[in-house]
Amino acid sequence: MKASAFSYARATDVVNALELLAAHGDKAKLLSGGQSLMPAMNLRLISPELIVDIGGIAELRGIAVEGGVVTIGALTRHVDLLGSPQIAAHAPLLTEAVAHVAHPAIRNRGTIGGSLAHADPASELPACMVALDATIIVRGPDGERRIAARDFFTGIYETVLTAQELLISVELPLAQENAAHFFCELARRHGDYAIVGLAAQAIVEDDVFADLRLAFFAVGDRPVLAKAAKKLINVAITPAQLSEASKALGEELDPYGDQQASAAMRRHLAKVLLARGVSALLGRSDLDAGTPL
Amino acid sequence: MTLHMQITLDVNGERVDAQVLPRLNLADFLREHLQLTGTHVGCEHGVCGACTVRVDGEIVRSCLMLAVQTHNASVETIEGLSDSGEISDLQAAFRDRNALQCGFCTPGMLMAAQDLLRRHAEPDRERIREHLSGNYCRCTGYQAIIDAVETAARQRLGIKP
Repeated sequence: MKASAFSYARATDVVNALELLAAHGDKAKLLSGGQSLMPAMNLRLISPELIVDIGGIAELRGIAVEGGVVTIGALTRHVDLLGSPQIAAHAPLLTEAVAHVAHPAIRNRGTIGGSLAHADPASELPACMVALDATIIVRGPDGERRIAARDFFTGIYETVLTAQELLISVELPLAQENAAHFFCELARRHGDYAIVGLAAQAIVEDDVFADLRLAFFAVGDRPVLAKAAKKLINVAITPAQLSEASKALGEELDPYGDQQASAAMRRHLAKVLLARGVSALLGRSDLDAGTPL
Repeated sequence: MTLHMQITLDVNGERVDAQVLPRLNLADFLREHLQLTGTHVGCEHGVCGACTVRVDGEIVRSCLMLAVQTHNASVETIEGLSDSGEISDLQAAFRDRNALQCGFCTPGMLMAAQDLLRRHAEPDRERIREHLSGNYCRCTGYQAIIDAVETAARQRLGIKP
């Protein structure tokens, strides 16, 4: 189908974009890369009265490493993340994850800010932000807010962003020396939405997790930072302990069922990814010997 | 209230000035305003890849881009790549290997395949598959398409088939 009629304004800078949002509120929709917004408009799932095109705002684009953090501008595209030596060096989880975001033609347009603001529970980048303990920076009429990624996502396509606010950038802590990461998603076809996915960031010291952040996606209405990971920190992990953590994960998750997979299948696959992830992060194949129950 | 907007862009090397409604997507602009009907419209929500074109040298889904977003941009369609001879070897490889039947997906396939070959001179089959993963073909089962792209890549490197 075709999008219904709307008015269009090209924002010249952040101040201008915020003015337009202040004037039009939830009747307006921000357009960055458009790779989620345009399908929704073409399918007439949404029909905004005004499109505010922020695509030309140069100050929202780019990657910088400074002051112990990686700052990524909201308009930085997936293809930019994928090819960035700074991201590969300081947030390699992201480099790996972005390769799973849709297809080349989509990655050439889609932006990190758009993906986070859209907040599809099956998409990769929100989970990565939670795994990496990112800070999301937004600006509105009352100034700037810094929001921890784990508090940013509130439901399916829902975030703490108000209709007057614009996502400016994200900040990621630099990967530490003993950092390890793991990314895996199960999908029917490469580039499709995940049936279940896991973005994990860990600190490994002497074959033990000093820290472990497991962000599962497509298993709930938002990325889930698994509490079960706590059972695996600061212990020499045995198959029995992993099995216990797996059981705790199953109880903690409340996945949805749809035409791709039932809730039970999603819960099972999340456990499969837990075992794969822990095994890969510690380099211990004995922990991924069978399907955990 | 929606008003026509003035856009100026470059399409296949020619300057184009047009008045368009904001809701008009690039695919429909190319097809209906410029009669460049080689760009096909399939799913209209970014899944099938039939509408793939190049904007400022990079492939995009023209159904997921508004015509107004191409103001000051350079757009290249299958007509441009075909007329310039840029992909004549790729087209010949598709023909020789029967890498198409109905042809609906072919312009998008060629755009995506050429994009890959410009970036990777010697892609393996897995990389070809990955780069074309966003383009649906409902006829061929893909094997012949992968073969054709592989053949064209080898020919460009001067490797005999």
